[in-house]
Amino acid sequence: MSKYSVNSNGYYGRFGGQFVPEMLYPNVDNLKKVYQEILDSESFQKEYKQLLKEYVGRPTPLTYAKRMSAAYGTNIFLKREDCAHTGAHKINNAIGQILIAKQMGKTRIIAETGAGQHGVATATVCALMGLKCAVYMGEVDIQRQAPNVARMKMLGAEVIPAMTGNRTLKDATNEALRDWISNPEDTFYIIGSVVGPHPYPDMVAKLQAIISEETKWQFREQTGKDLPDYVMACIGGGSNAAGSFYNFLDDESVKLVAVEAAGLGLDTADTAASIARGTEGIIHGSRTMLMQTDDGQIIEPYSISAGLDYPGVGPLHSFLAESGRATVLAATDQEALDAALELTRLEGIIPALESAHALAGLKKIDFKATDNVVVTVSGRGDKDMATYMNRFKL
Amino acid sequence: MAINRIDSLFNQKKGLLSIYFTAGYPQLEDTMSVLSELQAAGVDMVEIGMPFSDPLADGPVIQLASLQALNNGITIKKILDQIKDMRKTITMPVVLMGYVNPVVHYGFEKFMADCKAVGVDGVIIPDLPFDEYIEHYKDMMDSYGIHYIPMIAPQSSDERIKYIDSKASGFIYMVASAGITGNIKASLDTRTAYYQRIKALDLKNKTMIGFGIKDKASYDHACVNADGAIIGTAFIKHLSEKGVAATKEFVSAIR
Repeated sequence: MSKYSVNSNGYYGRFGGQFVPEMLYPNVDNLKKVYQEILDSESFQKEYKQLLKEYVGRPTPLTYAKRMSAAYGTNIFLKREDCAHTGAHKINNAIGQILIAKQMGKTRIIAETGAGQHGVATATVCALMGLKCAVYMGEVDIQRQAPNVARMKMLGAEVIPAMTGNRTLKDATNEALRDWISNPEDTFYIIGSVVGPHPYPDMVAKLQAIISEETKWQFREQTGKDLPDYVMACIGGGSNAAGSFYNFLDDESVKLVAVEAAGLGLDTADTAASIARGTEGIIHGSRTMLMQTDDGQIIEPYSISAGLDYPGVGPLHSFLAESGRATVLAATDQEALDAALELTRLEGIIPALESAHALAGLKKIDFKATDNVVVTVSGRGDKDMATYMNRFKL
Repeated sequence: MAINRIDSLFNQKKGLLSIYFTAGYPQLEDTMSVLSELQAAGVDMVEIGMPFSDPLADGPVIQLASLQALNNGITIKKILDQIKDMRKTITMPVVLMGYVNPVVHYGFEKFMADCKAVGVDGVIIPDLPFDEYIEHYKDMMDSYGIHYIPMIAPQSSDERIKYIDSKASGFIYMVASAGITGNIKASLDTRTAYYQRIKALDLKNKTMIGFGIKDKASYDHACVNADGAIIGTAFIKHLSEKGVAATKEFVSAIR
């Protein structure tokens, strides 16, 4: 058992827990009882691994970024989740959770989505498995991520606009939880990140752990070395970061770096950097770092990236940050845009705006020429073309 | 220590009517006037909602009222200040209902101490799980004489309900049907079967039914099957349409 594992009550240190109304207790408690057993079962592992290989196209490449490496004077490897089916790492988790849902006899799937990547991944696996699917999405996000909305609809999902709050990811999550409270019998809630009540943060981390499992052997195969010096990922809720870090957590020589969305800047009100700017609080079922007022009201976050536009962060990451296991940086909208353009021009890879935050972190670290740095490109930039067209005058 | 007003109420009466309203709504300073109007109208107990930005268990009506109250400038501190002298006039039990984050942020123990000081009898914190309450907060709350009112729902197993009953005090809040406030999806038969299942468990605590109780018919049906009923959304709607002065009109239509 790693010291970074969740304990039996669902806590990482003092972060995590299961703060849900009694109406959700039977669902969450039931999931808590069965998820580990299902994850460990031979039949689940067989089907999950087979789908990841033959449907998602895993393993995703670990690409040595030659020109980026030259530009930064170090060795940069890109873990290419942008190459996964549907265009981001989110599919790893969606496949895992829908198999769990089926095992539990659920017939209707709900999900929340910010950038639309998790919504698309969920709609995709629902089409694959023939299950009914409803995706909650903030009305603002529906507008700024139109291509993903169309994809979900084409896949047969119902996209329900969340009309409360800032009409972004937080509000979509509220609406999905309300739906689950109202439909406890037939519905399974596929949460897209390492957030929510226990056991979601742990379950999602384990379903995304395939990222670091592959990185580990791919890195050895390509370099002959045991471990990289750095593993970097962007962090909103933190699912790609959790997956990128997971199998390196106990390798203390590997420096883990998470990059939050600073929005217009850490010293402005328009930011989504929950670890840098937040305080301890409780959101969506777990105790974690949270952007809130002096009265404990949740502050609406801001980031150019819909996938990082969330006022909280997975409890695992609050714990990793507090314990010093992970270093948390923040990149502004502009830094992320610059990094996206740089990767595109140097390596021919158009990253998602979320992933661009991880890349922007490269400028903030003083690497040695001998360092080996793995950066997870969590998704591809197709969905962000409207923003890129606008900002880069394309 | 004086006997808790909730306990005395249940010892005296059946067919209780409790009304929920949002603090600081419709206007910031309406909290005390709504409370007084409700007492004058003859309700037995009140729940004062402490608004939260992200009220998970609430439907659109209470969400909107919460948002408006927050925009009016309501805070927990302000609520406790508004009701600090309520015991000069208010004799019925008062329960505060709110979500866990603002309460924890205020300071859980400070909150209980301040509740006791102003004469609050119980609190409902839907997203503070019962087990968390037992493990971390029960002894402290007992020392302040404040009841934690637990909820149970149609999906709650007999075993879970008996466990909650064995440790609970005040009363048990029976959520009428799977759903959020103001939304009742279950048919009358389904609800009756659920109410009767709970009755058959012969709980030691009194029970109040809420969520979706909106008029005389649903109130009467609840009262046949429990010690009383709680109305929230329907009253908030009435408040928003007809104003504070029409409180009595609403209550008279129920009983």
